[in-house]
Amino acid sequence: MLGRTAGGLFWMFRYLERAENTARLLEAGHHMALTRSESAESEWESIVRTAGMNMGYDAKYDSYTAKQVIDYLLRDKDNASSVMSSIDLARSNGRQVRTALSSEVWEATNECWMDLKKTLSQPIEESALHDTLILIRNRAAIVRGALHGTMLRNDIFSFARLGTFIERADNTARILDVKYYVLLPSAAFVGTTMDNAQWEVILRSVSAERSYRWLNAGAASPVGVADFLILDERMPRSLAFCTRKVGHFLQHLENDYELRQTSQIKAAVLLARIEEMTIEDIFNDGLHEYLGEFIEGITELARHIEQDFRFYG
Amino acid sequence: MADSKTLSIRHVTTYSYDEPVSYALQQLRLTPRATAGQVVRDWSCTIRGGTKQLSFTDSYRNMVELVLLADGVTEVEIECAGVVDVEDRNGVVGKLRGFAPLWLYLEETALTAAGNNIGQLVARLKQNCADMDEVSLLHVLSAEILGLVKYEIGQTDASTTAEGAMTVGHGVCQDHAHIMISAARQLGMPARYVSGYLLMDGQTQQDASHAWCEVWTKGLGWIGFDVSNGICPDARYVRVGVGRDYADAAPIRGLRQGNGAENLHVSLQVQQ
Amino acid sequence: MISCRHRKLVDYECMKTEPTCFDEMLLGNDLVRDPYGQYFDWFKMADVKRLRRKSEDAEAFFRKIGITFNVYGQDEADERLIPFDIVPRIIAAKEWRQLERGIEQRVRAINAFLRDIYHRQEIIRAGRIPKKLIAGNAAFTPEMIGVTPPAGVYTHIAGVDLVRTGENDFYVLEDNVRTPSGVSYMLENRETMLHMFPELFTKMKVRSVSSYPDLLRRSLADCAPDRTRTDMPTVAVLTPGIHNSAYFEHAFLADQMGAELVESHDLRVQDGYVAMRTTRGYQRLDVIYRRVDDEYLDPLTFNPNSMLGVPGIMDVYRAGNVTIANAPGTGIADDKALYSYMPDIIEFYTGEKAILKNVPTWRCSEADSLSYVLENLKDLVVKEVHGSGGYGMLVGPAASKKELSAFEAKLRATPDNYIAQPTLALSTVPILSKSGLAPRHVDLRPFVLMAPNRVEITAGGLTRVALKKGSLVVNSSQGGGTKDTWVLED
Repeated sequence: MLGRTAGGLFWMFRYLERAENTARLLEAGHHMALTRSESAESEWESIVRTAGMNMGYDAKYDSYTAKQVIDYLLRDKDNASSVMSSIDLARSNGRQVRTALSSEVWEATNECWMDLKKTLSQPIEESALHDTLILIRNRAAIVRGALHGTMLRNDIFSFARLGTFIERADNTARILDVKYYVLLPSAAFVGTTMDNAQWEVILRSVSAERSYRWLNAGAASPVGVADFLILDERMPRSLAFCTRKVGHFLQHLENDYELRQTSQIKAAVLLARIEEMTIEDIFNDGLHEYLGEFIEGITELARHIEQDFRFYG
Repeated sequence: MADSKTLSIRHVTTYSYDEPVSYALQQLRLTPRATAGQVVRDWSCTIRGGTKQLSFTDSYRNMVELVLLADGVTEVEIECAGVVDVEDRNGVVGKLRGFAPLWLYLEETALTAAGNNIGQLVARLKQNCADMDEVSLLHVLSAEILGLVKYEIGQTDASTTAEGAMTVGHGVCQDHAHIMISAARQLGMPARYVSGYLLMDGQTQQDASHAWCEVWTKGLGWIGFDVSNGICPDARYVRVGVGRDYADAAPIRGLRQGNGAENLHVSLQVQQ
Repeated sequence: MISCRHRKLVDYECMKTEPTCFDEMLLGNDLVRDPYGQYFDWFKMADVKRLRRKSEDAEAFFRKIGITFNVYGQDEADERLIPFDIVPRIIAAKEWRQLERGIEQRVRAINAFLRDIYHRQEIIRAGRIPKKLIAGNAAFTPEMIGVTPPAGVYTHIAGVDLVRTGENDFYVLEDNVRTPSGVSYMLENRETMLHMFPELFTKMKVRSVSSYPDLLRRSLADCAPDRTRTDMPTVAVLTPGIHNSAYFEHAFLADQMGAELVESHDLRVQDGYVAMRTTRGYQRLDVIYRRVDDEYLDPLTFNPNSMLGVPGIMDVYRAGNVTIANAPGTGIADDKALYSYMPDIIEFYTGEKAILKNVPTWRCSEADSLSYVLENLKDLVVKEVHGSGGYGMLVGPAASKKELSAFEAKLRATPDNYIAQPTLALSTVPILSKSGLAPRHVDLRPFVLMAPNRVEITAGGLTRVALKKGSLVVNSSQGGGTKDTWVLED
């Protein structure tokens, strides 16, 4: 396989994941704004910050209204990480590697793009947001389904999955890091007025509020949320789960190519770091520091994958 | 009996780079071949800092070698050395060989396109020398050019066009050759560029390799003219590369990825 | 003469609109030509509304799989579909045999011409074509002088554009031997027709086109250098990238052939060969089916300012270590300035008269011709010698006064840039229009593969159709569409 093709697959699935993640964040923000209408503006602001898009946003707007935030996150061309931009990039990477994709995966990607291009050609009203987000999720799910149902489990599949899990791990870590202070034990002491809403939004932005509640009926706590999103291997967006998957697909490549490279070693180190610590250890060492290290680690790992498999020469 | 010489040549070209090179290629036209009056007794090219990839004979029958610079080098050295026997034939190289047709040497190239200055020179010549035979006319042309464009290093560079050098009024052997080629073509005579070596009287160390031109005459075929020295090549001249202009015959032509400056050093010895 | 069956037709426009042109379905007023007999019977029974729906389905299908092209000069993201018409263009077995012979003769002659023109140029020495046709022609590539491509093949893939004006009158409009495109439409159009009208294919015996990718791969592989080295030469398709107007086709062909789709920055010179960067390191390539123009092939040899291209690829080629298909420099053979000499060229290299006719051509570089052309501009088609894609072309009868006088000025300024031809009464073929079947002008591009010792012509090709009533310009960039082309079995 061409190195460029491997890179194209990796990025195609990173961008698809990114589009989905942005849609999830919007969903969470929308929910918060509806249920806590008195502080809607600051809820929207926190969504933009969590998405890591505040620099670009602030350069363009000086207030946080639902209309502006929705537009910026969903369809703004100036925003390289808006849902539409991400889908655009996913598709053009897909076009570039289409000889590596099954026709079903390509067609699902192309249809996803055509559908969203049409839907997002006009600003989305708040009343239509929910349906639009469902459309995004459904379209992305069809691509994922086609990938699982029609692709050979070879190196092509591995590069696609590596893109997905690297992006997802990075996304979950960043969401946690933006809001880490609401999860600190000290925050619980600060005042009883602090409701669950703050950390609930974290769960919602990774679509995990229901599964968390189901697993921890009646015993929800900030530390529990952190444990769930960092260390719980049952949770498909947790750092532990994603890192293990990254390691898994790198192992596939190692077996396939009969070669152990830097990326495989780095992934093993990253995973060991997760496995050796309990959530208490993490809090004792500093949650923010831990997350910062993780983000750095996953970024470095992505760079090594890129080099080891010659994405760019 | 023509005068002949045995010349020993050692030509070392060194490129050094400010930053390590990641990928670079060099096309070498540094191997003389047997032509009229020239026998190559021994010749070799050695590369340090790069590897020879392949060789082929180009459209003008030049022997070309492609060199890939090793990843990460900051210096590459190309050393060519050998012994060539040369016979003095008063510049006459003779018949056309190879597949490149004669008309190709009448075509303008970017480096030899005639502008106003060369146009005027040609017009003057046509007027004043109407009844001259081809060879005499070419000698007049050669002398005229040297009069108009003084030999001086540093006023022009490898990318200077014939017309550009005429405008500057100074130039080196490359410029002289280009101007003569351009003018000869304007006069309807096929002309080509030659790069090679020259044994300079009384000095072994040379500054750079030499260049001159050859013009096709109906009677004698190709005849060489060294405008800079005002003579036709004799037993001191070794022909290496030919082409329509410098771009075709350049001893080294390269392409490099990455930034960083390049420094060139040439050491050349020609001796008898 | 093909016998005709009597049919009563009421709603086919041809009789009313263009009584002078040859219609491939209808002969005279109400006779259906043989090849269309069965189709016509079927069509009469078909529900036009249902057909129109199918036609819309086809468009949605093309869009979904992404058979689009980018229009130059428009928004980069603007991907357009080439309209597809669901009425097949049908050619009888006997007609095809004649075309096949003519095309093979022509392509062999072109290959021999290229071999000659980059070596001794015997044809010029023999005085059969003037020297000035080659001298000073930018399509002549000096770097190819003395180069013999692996297996002696220059034109691995050719697309010969044909038009028809009568029962037995086929003309070659132009020879495309640089990087002819459109073959993916031939294949996808057929695929779509098979899905939509399986019943037609059981009723009529239509020759298959689906082996084209295999034949392409095999003929490319057979032209690999140093064929003793391996039975399985590595073949790649070189594309300028996803923004190229024909990117879909590049990806499609690579996919169908099982070849890598590479871009120039995937390639480099290594160990004397061209190698592609894979996830496991660099791997040698034997054959490169390039879909980039000569100029952008190699910045070391050609355009040094080109960001595209593979430095050194021409050196590897000249050393005989890689096959480039088509060979660089083939453009000299399909140059419009040479076109009018094709009958002489064919005779010179094959010793036979040309089987396919050339369109009479005035070379505007010649003073007599120029004055004729200027006098008769409104009746002529004038083309740029180096143009393609229907750009920079004047169709006299369709041009306004203003356009005519603007073109006249251009002709006077640079006559060498133009040739002129009579406006041919291109044949018409029915399309499905709003009002039923309607005749539209068509041309035909069959695809020809050349391997050592054999020429293969896929039975069919790309039929391009001018969708605008009366229009003679079939180029997709100018509002043309495509059709499936059926060659019937005996």
